[in-house]
Amino acid sequence: MAEATGSSKRVERPLSPHIQIYKVQITSVSSILTRITGHALMAGVILGVWWLTSAAVSDEAFATANAVVTSWFGKLVFTGSLWAIWYHYLAGLRHLYYDAGHGLEIKTAEMLGWVCVIGSVVLTLLTLLIV
Amino acid sequence: MRYLTDRKRATGKGAAHTGTEHHWSMTVSAVALAFMVPTWLYIFGHALGAPRAEVLATFARPFPAILTALVLVVSMRHFAKGSTTMVQDYAKGTALKAGIVFVYSLAAVIAATGLYALIRIAL
Repeated sequence: MAEATGSSKRVERPLSPHIQIYKVQITSVSSILTRITGHALMAGVILGVWWLTSAAVSDEAFATANAVVTSWFGKLVFTGSLWAIWYHYLAGLRHLYYDAGHGLEIKTAEMLGWVCVIGSVVLTLLTLLIV
Repeated sequence: MRYLTDRKRATGKGAAHTGTEHHWSMTVSAVALAFMVPTWLYIFGHALGAPRAEVLATFARPFPAILTALVLVVSMRHFAKGSTTMVQDYAKGTALKAGIVFVYSLAAVIAATGLYALIRIAL
């Protein structure tokens, strides 16, 4: 109440969660990675939809899109997107598990974070082998 | 004696006021995508890098076409809603509104373009 009377100045309070001194843990890193991979996936989606549309349209359009898709740039985007899909997939399943009220003990939550990170790499390599 | 029920007095008193519907929508689309994505990855990954005739033959078949259409529509809705949460976390005022309009528009354009391609291949 003291702030409200006299001066109209806003009290400058520190922002939570103190980014400068925040000690990162596997749980927070695996959480923010879910958001990052979800958004980064749009690069692969846009490239993929462009490629599919070019196939629908004409030989010339497909030649251009196919050249991009099969270039080192295209391979980088799609391999990255593949990992992003698997990471987002595992983190999403973890979210459903958390939502059901399970796995919230610190030890289990930390273990599940590593499952997402390591599991996504394993699934990416497996997909590359199979596809 | 109180005439209002506990539920009635509690509704809308939370910090966010709304969100249950959004959360449930994300849950439903997440489960749908969890079932569809592995098979779709196999089909799409196989077609990627193939000659045009092979790509057209793949997506002219009913199963790959319908699955791709479903993945497109559901995932773009999942993206628009999920991205809205991110915009709400980091922006306010006009930037918040413009951000939400942008992510929904982007999702709509991508889904529409993909569906156009699938229909054109099917015809």
